[in-house]
Amino acid sequence: MNTTTTTAATTTTAPAPAGALSVSRTTATAARVLRQLRHDPRTIALLILIPCVMLVLLRYVFDGSPRTFDSIGASLLGIFPLITMFLVTSIATLRERTSGTLERLLAMPLGKGDLIAGYALAFGILAIIQSALATGLAVWFLGLDVTGSPWLLLLVALLDALLGTALGLFVSAFAASEFQAVQFMPAVIFPQLLLCGLFTPRSDMHPVLEAISDVLPMSYAVDGMNEVLKHTDMTATFVRDALIVAGCALLVLCLGAATLRRRTA
Amino acid sequence: MMNYFPGPSESPDTPPGTDPEPAVQAESLTVARGPRTVLRGLDFAVPRGQITGLLGPSGCGKSTLMRSIVGTQAKVTGTLNVLGRPAGHPILRTRIGYVTQAPSVYDDLTVRQNLDYFAAILDPGRAAATRRHDDVTRAITDVDLTTHADALAGNLSGGQRSRVSLAVALLGTPELLVLDEPTVGLDPVLRRDLWALFHDIAASRGATLLISSHVMDEAERCHRLLLMREGEILADDTPDALRTGTGSDTVEAAFLHLVDEAVATARQKETTR
Repeated sequence: MNTTTTTAATTTTAPAPAGALSVSRTTATAARVLRQLRHDPRTIALLILIPCVMLVLLRYVFDGSPRTFDSIGASLLGIFPLITMFLVTSIATLRERTSGTLERLLAMPLGKGDLIAGYALAFGILAIIQSALATGLAVWFLGLDVTGSPWLLLLVALLDALLGTALGLFVSAFAASEFQAVQFMPAVIFPQLLLCGLFTPRSDMHPVLEAISDVLPMSYAVDGMNEVLKHTDMTATFVRDALIVAGCALLVLCLGAATLRRRTA
Repeated sequence: MMNYFPGPSESPDTPPGTDPEPAVQAESLTVARGPRTVLRGLDFAVPRGQITGLLGPSGCGKSTLMRSIVGTQAKVTGTLNVLGRPAGHPILRTRIGYVTQAPSVYDDLTVRQNLDYFAAILDPGRAAATRRHDDVTRAITDVDLTTHADALAGNLSGGQRSRVSLAVALLGTPELLVLDEPTVGLDPVLRRDLWALFHDIAASRGATLLISSHVMDEAERCHRLLLMREGEILADDTPDALRTGTGSDTVEAAFLHLVDEAVATARQKETTR
């Protein structure tokens, strides 16, 4: 079957201009991002192995108190994908900006949403692999005691990864160099890490800090993980937590799209 | 959705090349970058189907002018029409090929993977896969990189990477090619071949080319020239007319003559004030 012969006379007709979101342009972008990563196997190995190594380390740090490992381990399963995807995305988008490929793409019929969604899709796939390995290792080999379904842990981990991707895309707009971009990690991630309830329950914090932690998305990521840890079925709190993390990811992705300008000085 | 209304240029009885409407038409085009005015009220036209050279020293505003035409430059005032539409119109994005001065390709993809991706943005969808493949192969052949098609762009030499960047602009048969110093850092043989390619694109595909350079000997290969200096256009003519008009042997001498003249008149204005 050859349908291309009929197009011979009309090869100069321009294809449809960029709409709001084009599925094929989004998947082409995601495939391109993954293809770039494939040429960088060391980054893939680091992305996938480091969370696993950290979990093993943590398991034996809390060798005498497995209960502590349960709660911190579950929280970390949510935090790892957020941090790694944040770092990878902020550097990748920064490179796109500085190499001139972003300007070229925006001069082409690529929607801003296509680019953002393409990145989110590519890093989302990577996050699924990363989280599946880390969750599987923690639950089956390190004896992480989860009352609920490990699938729900994986779901929260994936939402966290999307949030990390979204935050990375967003902050890369404010970074002029790789040095600045990596400094956004302590600026954006550390406060959330301290306030998310990993070190001490949020209710024990100073009321001001507790109020701040109430508006930070990572708090809900950790809450959601702990819900799965303690309850056999999907609780209303879990659903709320998951929706908040997903909503934040979506909001920040939209903000990220708004930072892309077709015309620049 | 975009409305696609045919402009006056698309009447079928005017063959390409003799189209009365220029590819680019500017009236009192001014661009500010920060506190500095980079382009100062330019008026010019770029005719269709020809190679127009944009020449002038570095920093005179060539790249800013090109970015304005492509629609990536902010703070553009005045009138700037490209292929019958205001510059930056979404419909133009598939009709213009643009090469930035620094090669803008992905270093961690091969030459073919780079082109495959940009082709998928220009002409998306599974149905167009065969057409895209042919288009990519043709673009790689055009810039003479067939033997390097599977090499990582980051492992290529500077000249080869800029040719990958050029190949991206050739995808999808654009009507207007805006090339910012495409031959910088290339050896004489390659430069000759590329200029032959540019002439072929203008002649056989009927495309308009706007090519910037600060190397004056390339000016002789253009149909028309725009000479720029400090954000203004010194001359807009054919190479022959420029040489005879200034009584010079080369375009370079003509340019220097015009610069001296401009400096002299500026000084005269200063003293009479």
